Amino acid sequence: MTAPIKHTVQFPADRARATSFNEASARTRVELLLDAGSFVEFIGPTAREVSPHLKIFDLPEQFDDGIVVGRGRLDGSPVLVAAQEGRFMGGAFGEVHGAKLIGLLRAARALSSIPLLILFDTGGVRLQEANAGELAIAEIMRAVMEARAAGVKVIGLIGGRSGCYGGGGLIAGCCSALAVSEPGRIAVSGPEVIETNRGVEEFDSRDRALVWRTMGGKHRRLLGAADAFTDDTVEGFREAALELLGLVGAFDLDRLKAEQLRLADRLRSFGGCEDAIDIWTAEGIAQAETIPELPADQFIVLANNIGRTSRDAR
Amino acid sequence: MTLDEILASLFPDGHDVKNDNGVVFGTANLRSGHKALVIGVADRTPVGVDAAIRLSAHVLDSLGHESGPIFVLVDSDSQRMSKRDELLGLNEFLAHLAKSLIYADMNGRPTVGIMYGHSAAGALLATGLATRVLVGVPGATPAVMDLPSMAKVTKLSMETLQQKAKSTPVFAPGLANLSRMGAVHLTWDDKVSLPDQLATLLAEMPDAHDRRDILGKERGGRLKAAEIAERVRDLALHAR
Repeated sequence: MTAPIKHTVQFPADRARATSFNEASARTRVELLLDAGSFVEFIGPTAREVSPHLKIFDLPEQFDDGIVVGRGRLDGSPVLVAAQEGRFMGGAFGEVHGAKLIGLLRAARALSSIPLLILFDTGGVRLQEANAGELAIAEIMRAVMEARAAGVKVIGLIGGRSGCYGGGGLIAGCCSALAVSEPGRIAVSGPEVIETNRGVEEFDSRDRALVWRTMGGKHRRLLGAADAFTDDTVEGFREAALELLGLVGAFDLDRLKAEQLRLADRLRSFGGCEDAIDIWTAEGIAQAETIPELPADQFIVLANNIGRTSRDAR
Repeated sequence: MTLDEILASLFPDGHDVKNDNGVVFGTANLRSGHKALVIGVADRTPVGVDAAIRLSAHVLDSLGHESGPIFVLVDSDSQRMSKRDELLGLNEFLAHLAKSLIYADMNGRPTVGIMYGHSAAGALLATGLATRVLVGVPGATPAVMDLPSMAKVTKLSMETLQQKAKSTPVFAPGLANLSRMGAVHLTWDDKVSLPDQLATLLAEMPDAHDRRDILGKERGGRLKAAEIAERVRDLALHAR
């Protein structure tokens, strides 16, 4: 019977500080985010619970279906964690992938006091099992709100290669709070989807600068869609998660009404803006066009001065 | 089916539902004597930030001083695909609409989605799939992803995809496929009066527990989801 004691936890912070969250695998992110050796996975790769649908398309399966879920400790306290693997089918939601997160959220609701971290890295619905993926996302949104209503803090961390697109963006919108890094793009329709459907005049998906400033982490932080911004390291996300866990309160109707006002105010203030730079300028930022080049530490100071958050209003 | 047709056949006891550029809002009288809130999307309108914020406002305004069920009528396009919508954070607006419906459902205002036309992707998640039960009206054409787009991404021909769709409900569009997955609670019979079927549904309304994964298993569309979710839940509850 050896319960971990907070001040004796050995955390390999140096490795976490030196590791890019964006480039790391889902497993490495989880390993370095949590207290060393504390992670226990549920239905890991040895269980070989693969997608039952990919073989219809002669596509390779992955033994964890592209998501790692389990329980561990963060700064000594228990947390539930789900991490999507953006390198397997773009981290997309399929039947098994989604069901693992649903099970974790339902446990969180029953436990009520243990927070849950979602490390998003997803293009949205997995096309080859589109109906199962879409429905899994709907079930996850419902389960997030039921968990939050029971008192669970659900924190989203967004900085993976596949971003957080499609239904992933809607799940992110259901979380108690979000931390982002610069590469952490959040949107519903991806750049290529908009271009395919509406034409290159509407959105040029090859204009990477346009993609970053329309959907990237800096814009989401300045809009107040994300409450914390971090440099692209696992340690940065660990610290951001701890900070957000200390700030988030319980979900209720007042928050939902405050979110209605927050979003309506955003539409009134910025609804006529053509580009992110116009929004940043309207927020009072001088030389808004330099934002994309600004180093993380300077950007964090600037974003905190603007002070736009979704706190108590999501 | 048009909005006017579905409104006339669903609510013979009267309604004041209006359609403002595809955004649907009003109240309807039920046979039981109660009033219901009605919101929705009509005329295959895409759901962008402007439509979503109006719909969520109607739901939230109704909470607290009205009672009765909330109907969500669905004949939409996909989410509105534009630079402006994404710039303003469409994901938050759609999530907020879904959250408002989920909150209402969890707090004494049972939500019923009525899919009478089209819907897809993010618009479906924010409307019909954010309700307690989604009902299909014969002739509705929901499509999470249309086959031409899927053919482009998977690099398979339309013929190949149509062939594969015969053996599984997991990817192809349509009410029947979504029903087998457990997304559509039931499909109404167009030979029976809709008010009768609506009254039966409200009388036999299941509780707010999300059973779509179990339905999907019973109907043979999603054989693994319910079991995997239950196993993870048990492991998480017993892990130390």
